[in-house]
Amino acid sequence: MSENYQVSSAPHVRAKDSTSRVMLYVIIALLPASLFGIYNFGIRALFLILITIASCVASEWIFDKIVHKKNTIGDLSAVVTGLLLALNFPVSLPWWEAVIGAVFAIVIVKMMFGGLGQNFMNPALGGRCFLLIAFAADMTNFNVTKNGVDVYTGATPLALIRNEGLSSVNVMDMLTGKIAGTIGETSVIAILIGAIILILCGVINLRIPASYIITFAIFVFLFGAERFDITYVVAELCGGGLMLGAFFMATDYVTSPITPRGQILFGICCGILTGLFRCFGANAEGVSFAIILSNLLVPLIEKITVPNAFGVVKVKEAKKNE
Amino acid sequence: MNKYVERLYNGVIKENPTFVLMLGMCPTLAVTSSAINGLGMGLSTMVVLICSNLLISLFRKIIPNGVRIPAYIVIVASLVTVVQLLMQAYMQDLSKALGVYIPLIVVNCIILGRAESYASKNGPIESVFDGIGMGLGFTVGLTLIGLIREILGAGTFFNLPFLSAIEGFTPITIFIMAPGAFLVLGFLVAGMNIIRKKMEERGTPLAEPAGCLSGDCAHCGQSAMCTGKSQVETKSADTAAK
Repeated sequence: MSENYQVSSAPHVRAKDSTSRVMLYVIIALLPASLFGIYNFGIRALFLILITIASCVASEWIFDKIVHKKNTIGDLSAVVTGLLLALNFPVSLPWWEAVIGAVFAIVIVKMMFGGLGQNFMNPALGGRCFLLIAFAADMTNFNVTKNGVDVYTGATPLALIRNEGLSSVNVMDMLTGKIAGTIGETSVIAILIGAIILILCGVINLRIPASYIITFAIFVFLFGAERFDITYVVAELCGGGLMLGAFFMATDYVTSPITPRGQILFGICCGILTGLFRCFGANAEGVSFAIILSNLLVPLIEKITVPNAFGVVKVKEAKKNE
Repeated sequence: MNKYVERLYNGVIKENPTFVLMLGMCPTLAVTSSAINGLGMGLSTMVVLICSNLLISLFRKIIPNGVRIPAYIVIVASLVTVVQLLMQAYMQDLSKALGVYIPLIVVNCIILGRAESYASKNGPIESVFDGIGMGLGFTVGLTLIGLIREILGAGTFFNLPFLSAIEGFTPITIFIMAPGAFLVLGFLVAGMNIIRKKMEERGTPLAEPAGCLSGDCAHCGQSAMCTGKSQVETKSADTAAK
């Protein structure tokens, strides 16, 4: 305790927060979803997660070597990117496609723009969207075979709702995660446990996820296929990657606004775009494209939400007073 | 170095229109979904470029300065019409694949840029070699981009089975689509910059041309900052330093 009793003139707040510590919290918070994914989809999910993390870390290390930069794998951000990316894969994805996605996410989306802190979009989502366009068939193949038996076949709940109506899905299954989908997105409960860990540790605040989810819910309530139906809204909220995206990807420090008002605006952007893609787009899912598009808007959002410094007169008011 | 060979070297390496001057980006990104398309586009542009450079160079003393751009456009447009009709007659598949980008050669930055900055100031033979050099540079650039996109995105090599012959190969379709064009172009420009840097370190003169790059302010990246005066000054300062 003695180290906390330092005598110094100005008030100082000391915290042990560092990039690697924040990243460690995120990894811990992602563990429930990852473990549930492994339990739900079998040992191949673990294999896919490990190989994605390994290729992310390896490609960051190799890139640092090639361009003679300080080694940055110690900040654990590559591990988080790899884990998030793997949670976005269907379990049947061929391993080499996972490796390509990981290399794309780290080298092209992150390192080429200057490494952590400089990337213009979330690397994991960049990698996922690259794979989604490059290997559309493999990335949307949600058939799962465990021990030679078909566990889940065909469509995710979102696709089912779209094609066969609301009655074909069970909201309770969506909460527990006994549905088809990517490795990490199925169990809402596991994701919420992780989200609570992040909020309690102070890693994220509720501004982005709350404004995202509320905007999306209102949008779907008003414009969804079955209007003014609460069950439909809940199914849309829990049936896809929305929870994982809202709590773990939209809240990425680098690619979300720094101003509080900007964060709310960013969440609203994500919500409206996701709603548009899901209700009027060609695919049943639209979370990743919505978030990376909103990532691109971040500089503009920050520009229009700059807070006033204390004691400084607003430019407009100053002009009025003249 | 022989001045004709120098023109070819200038067009392919030193001022490669695709990788260094970054001119003609529209066809570069749009038609290079396969190597054949890239090659076809490059060659047809090259034919037009050689002929337009020759004609403009021959007429350079007759064309009044005030109407030179319309005059160039008329010359280029006639040549493009010839090429377009020939392609429709003898290479129908390619003509269909390239579509609107053949007529659009009329307003290709490379052709107008060379007319403005080289052919209108130099003799016919030099201008023809300038056209060959620039055309080759453009063709090499387009074919390379097309080849890489085709191999990765479709697994074929000039429409012959290549990677697709391997069992279990899945084409990375994004490379056939628009994002792939930007990705491949970006990597090739980066690679070209590395090569140019290495060459400069070895003492090969590769400095950016003093003054205007293309002589065409509408398509010049620096035109916003350019006063014209500073360009002339840097040019004369460079000459003085030499």
